[in-house]
Amino acid sequence: MHDPHDHSHDHEHSHDHGDGQDPHAPQRDHDAVEMSGYEALEETLRLLLIEKGIITHDEVARQIDLMDSRSPALGAQVVVRAWLDAEFKGRLLRDAREALKEFDVDIGSLAEFKVVENTPETHNVVVCTLCSCYPKMLLGVPPAWYKSMAYRSRTVIDPRGVLTEFGLDIPLSREVRVHDSTADLRYIVLPMRPADTDELDETALVSLITRDCMIGTAEPSRVGRGA
Amino acid sequence: MVDDMKRTHVRTDAGGRAVHDVGGLDFGPIDRSEHDLALWEKRVDAVMILLYARKNFWTVDAMRRTIEDYGQQTYDSTEYYEKWARAMRNLLIEQQVVTRAEVEAKMIEVVARHRAAGRTVLNDAIEW
Repeated sequence: MHDPHDHSHDHEHSHDHGDGQDPHAPQRDHDAVEMSGYEALEETLRLLLIEKGIITHDEVARQIDLMDSRSPALGAQVVVRAWLDAEFKGRLLRDAREALKEFDVDIGSLAEFKVVENTPETHNVVVCTLCSCYPKMLLGVPPAWYKSMAYRSRTVIDPRGVLTEFGLDIPLSREVRVHDSTADLRYIVLPMRPADTDELDETALVSLITRDCMIGTAEPSRVGRGA
Repeated sequence: MVDDMKRTHVRTDAGGRAVHDVGGLDFGPIDRSEHDLALWEKRVDAVMILLYARKNFWTVDAMRRTIEDYGQQTYDSTEYYEKWARAMRNLLIEQQVVTRAEVEAKMIEVVARHRAAGRTVLNDAIEW
């Protein structure tokens, strides 16, 4: 999955034209001399579907733009709102689907979306043991490690060990709850607001919250932002 | 990423685990390095979502079933979007959106075009 040539991808999809061929295919990745059969299969299926009029280049480009537009910054804004507005936080924890409409986030056809709150007594961490289910609508695409066999297999049986690998040591006095996501039920962690942040404004607070804070493999901190 | 010993984790023996059911096993240390998706991976994701979420060719459950019917060895040794690409091909044929002959002919054409442009296409015989 980790194509060494993806430095060229950022600008490339905008060059897709609606003419049934990818006009830049031979030139793209001009420094690439190898491609995988799976990459060729992707092109094969996409071109066939375009030829048959089932999808268009523009639809694919727009879907990629949508994917690229989602990032953990959106999740961080939701977290900060919950920190600053207790009434919103209550609604978010009770019915995330409804509360997230204020952020123009559509949970879609998923059966359920749950926000789990970290407290001094409880730390939450999210995994998908079966595949890669993830709160994409708030965090964007999951990191490679979230989809790895190592994270999927071990988080449910040795969560504290996994968290230690991420540099997060949860004291034994604090319960660790692991939430195993499915296609029908996604989770996101609402981290605790760090102490000594009273004077920070909303923008500064948002900057404390990383993607991993909302997966549960990091905690927000004023010093040394995590991954 | 996954070492050879862990790859041999048997899940489909008498224990009755499905190939994707890895919770509670131990696949070793986590590689935490960050990777941007390659364009072709984004395209697999985008086309798959267009087909099932926007155009209702199949459900997410059918997609999962197709990913999960890999043999264990192939499941463990293929990357995430490789699984998706194979699943999409098999679903498109199963749902009679395209035929196997159409896929095979177009694949030959695509591979030939890239080879003519000087690229080496590795492992273009993709397991059914």
